[in-house]
Amino acid sequence: MELVTDFFSGLGFPQWLAMASASALQIIAFLLVVALSVAFVVYGERKILGAMQRRQGPAMVGPFGLLQSFADLLKLMGKETIIPTQANRPVFVLAPILMLVMAFTAWAVIPVNAQWVIADINVGILYLFAISSMGVYGVIMAGWASNSRYAFLGGLRSASQMVSYEVSMGLIIVCVLLVAGSLNLSDIVMADRPVWVQIMLLPMLGVFLVSILAETNRCPFDLPEGESELSGGFMVEYSGVLFTLFFLSEYANMVLMSAMTTVLFLGGWLPPFGVEALAFVPGVIWFALKVCLILFFFIWVRGTLPRYRYDQLMRLGWKVFLPFTLLWVMVVAGSLLVFDALP
Amino acid sequence: MFEALAFYVFASVLVASALMVITARNPVHSVLFLILSFFNAAGLFVLLGAEFIAMILVIVYVGAVAVLFLFVVMMLDISFADLRKGAMQYVPVGLIAGGILLLELISIFAAWQFSPEASKNAAAPTPEGVENTVALGRLIYTDYVFAFQAAGMVLLVAMIGAIVLTHRQRPDVRRQKVSAQNARRPEDVLEIQKISSNSGV
Amino acid sequence: MAPSEFLVNYFPILLFVGIAIGFGLLLVVSSLLLSWRRPDVNKLSAYECGFDAFDDARSKFDVRFYLVAILFIIFDLEIAFLFPWAVSLGDIGLFGFWSMVMFLGVLTVGFIYEWKKGALDWE
Repeated sequence: MELVTDFFSGLGFPQWLAMASASALQIIAFLLVVALSVAFVVYGERKILGAMQRRQGPAMVGPFGLLQSFADLLKLMGKETIIPTQANRPVFVLAPILMLVMAFTAWAVIPVNAQWVIADINVGILYLFAISSMGVYGVIMAGWASNSRYAFLGGLRSASQMVSYEVSMGLIIVCVLLVAGSLNLSDIVMADRPVWVQIMLLPMLGVFLVSILAETNRCPFDLPEGESELSGGFMVEYSGVLFTLFFLSEYANMVLMSAMTTVLFLGGWLPPFGVEALAFVPGVIWFALKVCLILFFFIWVRGTLPRYRYDQLMRLGWKVFLPFTLLWVMVVAGSLLVFDALP
Repeated sequence: MFEALAFYVFASVLVASALMVITARNPVHSVLFLILSFFNAAGLFVLLGAEFIAMILVIVYVGAVAVLFLFVVMMLDISFADLRKGAMQYVPVGLIAGGILLLELISIFAAWQFSPEASKNAAAPTPEGVENTVALGRLIYTDYVFAFQAAGMVLLVAMIGAIVLTHRQRPDVRRQKVSAQNARRPEDVLEIQKISSNSGV
Repeated sequence: MAPSEFLVNYFPILLFVGIAIGFGLLLVVSSLLLSWRRPDVNKLSAYECGFDAFDDARSKFDVRFYLVAILFIIFDLEIAFLFPWAVSLGDIGLFGFWSMVMFLGVLTVGFIYEWKKGALDWE
């Protein structure tokens, strides 16, 4: 970072402009990495699902089909963008763009290594929570603007679903905060956690994993799309590049949620289980590996589980997760107080 | 300088989008402009150093309250052209009510006296080396415990009120009883009969 | 921390939002330039499995969605109160703990009420 800043001030830029350009470069690099990772997550998903169903998955474009996602992107970009006459045009176009912006800007606070974070703000976790709660809008706006019954129903369902699981996500985050004692994501990673505390957080990790499935509308909670009943849900009217934006942001959200799990529960860029001998591997690699692990979980679940029913989904969110996480917050807080282990 | 610039940008977008909220023809657009103005308000809070309030503003107002507004606006399903037709006849009444409100506000501000400590309190910065959120946490649950519990009561009233107002038990719907389903055992409902062959049932 | 010093941390976020918006617009505009458009009436009508839509699709829907949104606001506020509590519990100690227990206790009463009333059921 300093190097780049120095480079720009060497060009005769004033201090503030040099800093701004350096951080703009950083952000663009970061965005490209996220976009690339999305491409490979899509490829990986198809390949893994293929393997689970005893078929090959994409194999034609590039070596082992590695370039499949890029081919898909080009194809989708070249398609005609259809905006239905009944639709509300500005909102119809705004919805996917908003969704993409939300999926990307959340990355600003994710620390991928010690000191490797674009915006090291004090309230990083609140920022993440705020941005993820914004995800509802893209869906509602798309559902409403399309002016189609399927889209409208899908948007409603999805909004209620995301909102319901957000409650338990918030409570789980509170649990982690109790242990970490800070809202800064780097501090959360670095907070020291005795083994018994980690064991106490383990059930929360489980609930969190299920909640992020619901939050990203992934299988088995993919009711908003529900291709067999709602024929694509809120996305039914979207085509071409606008659909691509939804698709991109959905997978970017998946990667984001995996990164969030990694930061909150899996120790971010630190080597697993605190093994000092593994510390020679750069932290970014550990971070990426942990994210891949969660992503594999996403795909594995999709390959294995059937879709939930809507009433079951709501019951799980409100009647199981909410009381359980609420109780667990108090249990964690109480035991930390009793054993004097609060940060 | 940047702070001043950012302040003016946020403030002017805030005012402009607030104006759009009341002038937009489509109520859904109004709500979307409302969200934009919430965002700019959050930006202003950040400029003040109130990070926690800024984030909570986005989480609660944008993430929850505006979702509710959108639901309501989408659900109302009124034809707004019809609504607008008769609007002109309410103008005199509206003007009178607005005028009275304005007079009241003016009289309040004319007679308003700031507490001598107000400016001192407003300027009191967060203690050195303490995050905004932690500083809040140290006060809310101990020094302001009664206000905090009162907030809990308000939330309880809101919860009960919402249920009383909106929840309708539909009598004609069969509900799923999960506990009953899980408690059902094969022994209770199945009977195994021996049937001798060649004799029929 | 001086305010301007801590605002430096927020500046990249603003920049990030700007760049992300630019990225999205770039994709949309480039695709609009790349692709051809040949709209016709049937293509532009809403997807309704072959039938024409009889009326506007934005119809009234179940009040239950509305109830879920209200309950979400209430629990969201509760979580908003939990955040500062969680990071400062070490400073405020037992008193703060019991104060929060009371707060949550009051809300649990409400939660039990809605559970018993069947507001959480989805039939």
